[in-house]
Amino acid sequence: MNYLKKFRYLPHTEEDRKKMLDTIGVTSVDELYEDVPQAVRTKEVMNLPKELSELELLKHTRQLAGKNTNATQVPYFIGAGTYDHYIPSIVQPIISRQEFLTAYVPYQPEISQGELQALFEWQSMICELTQMEVSNCGMYDGYNAIAEAANLAIGSVRKSSKILISKGVNPQGIDTLKTYGFGKEYDIEEISLNNDTTDINQLKEQLDDSVAAVIIQYPNFLGSIEDLKEIKETMSHTKALLIVSANPLALGVLEAPGNLGADIVVGDVQPFGVPMSYGGPHCGYFATTKKLMRKIPSRIVGQTNDENGQRGFVMTLATREQHIRREKATSNYSSNQALYALASAIAMSALGREGIVEMARQNINKSHYLKAQLEAKGFKVLNKSPFFNEFVVQLEQSVKEVNIALHQKGFIGGYDASDSTGVVNSYLLCATEKRTKEEIDAFVSSLVEVNGHA
Amino acid sequence: MAMLKEYNDLIFEISQPGHVSYDLPENDVPTHDLTKDLPEYLIRQDDAKLPEVSELQLVRHYTALSTKNFGIESGPYPLGSCTMKYNPKVNETIAALDGFSQIHPQQEMETAQGALELLYNLQDHLAEITGMDSISLQPAAGAHGELAAILMFKAFHEANGEGAQRKNIIVPDSAHGTNPATATVAGYESIEIPSTSEGIIDIVALKQVVNEETAGIMLTNPNTAGLYERDIQQIVDIVHEAGGLAYYDGANSNAIMGISNPGTMGFDAVHLNLHKTFTGPHGGGGPGSGPIGVKAFLEPFLPVPRIEKADNLFVINSEYPQSIGRIKGNFGNFGVNVRAYSYIRTMGAKGLTQVSKDAVLNSNYLKERIKNYYDVPFAQHCMHEFVVSCKQQKTQYNVNAKDVGKRLLDYGIHSPTTYFPLIVEECLMIEPTETESIRELDQIADAFINIAKEIMEDPEKVKQAPYLTSVRRLDETTAARKPILTYQASLQN
Repeated sequence: MNYLKKFRYLPHTEEDRKKMLDTIGVTSVDELYEDVPQAVRTKEVMNLPKELSELELLKHTRQLAGKNTNATQVPYFIGAGTYDHYIPSIVQPIISRQEFLTAYVPYQPEISQGELQALFEWQSMICELTQMEVSNCGMYDGYNAIAEAANLAIGSVRKSSKILISKGVNPQGIDTLKTYGFGKEYDIEEISLNNDTTDINQLKEQLDDSVAAVIIQYPNFLGSIEDLKEIKETMSHTKALLIVSANPLALGVLEAPGNLGADIVVGDVQPFGVPMSYGGPHCGYFATTKKLMRKIPSRIVGQTNDENGQRGFVMTLATREQHIRREKATSNYSSNQALYALASAIAMSALGREGIVEMARQNINKSHYLKAQLEAKGFKVLNKSPFFNEFVVQLEQSVKEVNIALHQKGFIGGYDASDSTGVVNSYLLCATEKRTKEEIDAFVSSLVEVNGHA
Repeated sequence: MAMLKEYNDLIFEISQPGHVSYDLPENDVPTHDLTKDLPEYLIRQDDAKLPEVSELQLVRHYTALSTKNFGIESGPYPLGSCTMKYNPKVNETIAALDGFSQIHPQQEMETAQGALELLYNLQDHLAEITGMDSISLQPAAGAHGELAAILMFKAFHEANGEGAQRKNIIVPDSAHGTNPATATVAGYESIEIPSTSEGIIDIVALKQVVNEETAGIMLTNPNTAGLYERDIQQIVDIVHEAGGLAYYDGANSNAIMGISNPGTMGFDAVHLNLHKTFTGPHGGGGPGSGPIGVKAFLEPFLPVPRIEKADNLFVINSEYPQSIGRIKGNFGNFGVNVRAYSYIRTMGAKGLTQVSKDAVLNSNYLKERIKNYYDVPFAQHCMHEFVVSCKQQKTQYNVNAKDVGKRLLDYGIHSPTTYFPLIVEECLMIEPTETESIRELDQIADAFINIAKEIMEDPEKVKQAPYLTSVRRLDETTAARKPILTYQASLQN
C-alpha cells in the first residue's frame, strides 16, 4: 500500500473515499467538480509553507509568542482602551467547555439553553451596571458599538444629519465612527476639549437641530471623568440623543449613565474577564431605553416559556436582523462576540456586587499613587479634573524613546496621547489593581532615569 | 445527567449577600477618596446588583448551563453555510500562550514582533489561498469584512468621480441576509436578482439591472444552494463592463481551496470567514474573523492600520490617505487569527486542497444517501453543501422543514439551516464538512431517513418534537410581543 500523507483532522482512508465515490456513482472527486470551468481553476499547487506536524507547530508558534514581551513577564502601565486586569482563574476553564466554545449561534433554542441563559444574564448585568432598560448580547468591540449607536441615532432622530463626538473619546472610536459615517453619509464634528474634559461652551455652539447625537466617553480617553449631568442639561433644548461610551469597571464607583440622562450607553467589557490578546477579540456592549428597543443592532435574548410552561430563553425581536429583514435590517450583524460576553458575565458574577466596587477602588488608589509619586519627582500632570485609572503626564522626550528605554528596564510604558491633548510628548499612563506598590515605585524610578530629569 | 437538566436557576436567584468568587491582594497604597473630588451626583449611590455567589456555586451554575448546550464536540452539526467543522485543540493551546494572549495592542511594535510576524505571514497565506494581492485582517466577522469591502468600492468610485452616480449593489435572491444589509449600511440600495430553476444566477435578469448606476455585485461561489456558478466569468464580466466591481462572499470557501479561487474567477474583493473555513470555534456566536482581500488597484483603500515589513522589522502603518479608515479597534480579532494561522500551517497546500475535496465528497455522499426520501431541487453534483426540500412532507402530512429539524435534535444531531436559501420551499441546507467520517455521515443519513419514515407513519410525533431536550418548543411569539429582556425579580417562577 502506498504511503499517503495523513492529516489528523481528515478522517477518511483511501478505501473510505473509494467506497463513497462508488455510492455516489462517480470514479473520482474531480467529476464532482465538473461545474468548475477550466478557465477558473487554480493552475498550480498553492504556494504555502510545507505542513507542520503538531510538535513542529507548537515549537514554531512558541517561538513567535516568545518574541513578544507579555504582561506575565513585566508590569504594564498602558491602558488607552485595553487594560491589564485581574481575570479570575475560573473564567478560562468555563469558556473552554466545548459546549460553549464550539457551539454555533443559538438558532435552535432547545439545545442552546445554556448559551441563551448566560447571554440573558449578561444583558441583565449590563443593564444593572449602566442603569439602562435593554441591552443586546454583544458587539464586535466598544469602538464599533459607538459607530452603531450613531447609526441608530441618525435613523431615529428626525431630519438629523450630524453627529457630535467629543475629542475625549478614544481616537480609535472616533476613527471607526468616521468610517461608518462615510457609509451612511452623515457628518461628524468633533467637540474640543477644554484642557482634559469636553468643552461645554463649544458643545453649545455646535449643537443645532441637525444633530442626532452627542457622543461622550466616561471616563474619557485621558482618564478624566466627564460631567454627564451638565452635558445632558446643555442638550436639553434639542432632540439630540446622548450616547455615552463607558468603561464598565468605572461604573462600580461612578454614577450610572442611565441615571444621568444617557439615551444609549456603549462600551467594551474587556476589563471583565477578557484577556488583552493584542486588542482582539474583545466584546462591545450596547444598552438603551425601551423606546429605542426595536432599533437596536445585533442579537437580543428574551425570556419565554415552553409548551409545558417551563421557563426558557430565545433570541427575540429578530425582525430587526439581517437574516429576516435583509436590506431593511438595523445592522448587518451576524457573528458577534458571544464567547467573550460569556467570559465577562462569569467575571462579573465572580466579582459580584462588592468585588466590582473593590476592584474599581483599587484602580483609583493605584493610579493616584502613581500620579502622586510622579508629581513628587517633578512630573507635570495634565489632568485638572478627577480621573479614574488613567492620567496624562508630560515627558521631556518622545514617548517612543522613553518606552523603548523603559522596555530595557523591564516595563511596558504608556501611550502617546499627544494628538488628543494637543501637547507634545503627552504620556497616558494607567495603573490597574494588578500593579503593586513595589512595581509602581520601580517604574517611577526608571521613568525618572530615562526621561532625563528628576 | 437528569438532575442537571432540572437545574433552572438564574444566577441572580442563587445569589446571596456576601458571597464572592474572587480575591484581590490587599491594597498596598494610600486610599484615594474620589468622592472628595467629584460632585455627589457623579458618585454611584446604589451598588450595581451583580450576583453574589461562591466560587463553587458559580462553577456549578455555568457547568449546569453548559450541559444544556450543544457544540460540535457534542455531535454532528450539519449546518449549511456555517461550516461547523472540528476546532483543533492545539489551536486553543497556541492562542492561549502568554506571548499572544497577554500582550497589549498599543505596546511599541518593537516589543511585539512575533505577533506582527504571524499577522504578516497570515496575510500572505490568505492572499495565496484567495488569489488576491493584499489582505487586511482587521474585520471582526464575515459581515464586518463585507462592509469593509463595500466601503472600499464606495471609496474607489468616489476617487473616480463616480461616487454620486453609482448607487446600487446587486445581490442574488439566494444571498446571505448579511449581503443586502451590508449594502444598506454602506449607503447603497440593494437590487435583488432572481435565480434560475437550476439554482444559479439568471444572466438575463442580471443584464437587465446592470448599468451605469451599478456600484458592484455581491455573491458567493459556490452559492448558498451548494452549486458552483459555472457562468461566473460571464457574470463578473457583465458587471465590470458596466464599471461596477465584483465582491466575493467567502462564506463558502471550504469547497474550493486549491481548486478554484475568487482571484482567478475575476473578483475584485473577497472576505473569508476564518471561523468557518479555518477552524476558529464559533463560540456560540463569535468571535469570528473576516479578513478582506483585494486586487492591487483597490489596495490604497484598505482599512488602516496595515501590517507591513520594512527591512527586518514588522511595522504597523496607517499612512494611507485614500484608506476608508479604521473599521474596528486595533488589528482585528487577533486570537482568532492565531488559530487560523495554526490551522494553515498544520495543513499546508496539500492538506487544504484535500479538505475541500473531502468536504465535497462528504456532501455528495450524504445527498446520495437521503435523496430518495426528500425532494432534491437541483440535480447537479453539489459542492460542500446541498439543499433538500420538505415540500412533499408539508403537502402530504403537514410536517414542515422546521419539524424535521426539531426531530433531528432527538437523534443527537444539530438541525441544518432551515428556510434558507429563500429560493427553495421548505428548505433544509445541509453541510456535513470534511471532518465527519463515514460512520457519522451514515448516522446523519439514517436519522434523516428514519424521520422521513416517521412522518409517513405518525406525522404528529414529528410535529411535537423535540422530546429529549432540556426544554420543549419555546413560545417565540410571546417573547417578541411581550419582551422580557432582563432579570426581573417579580417574574421569578
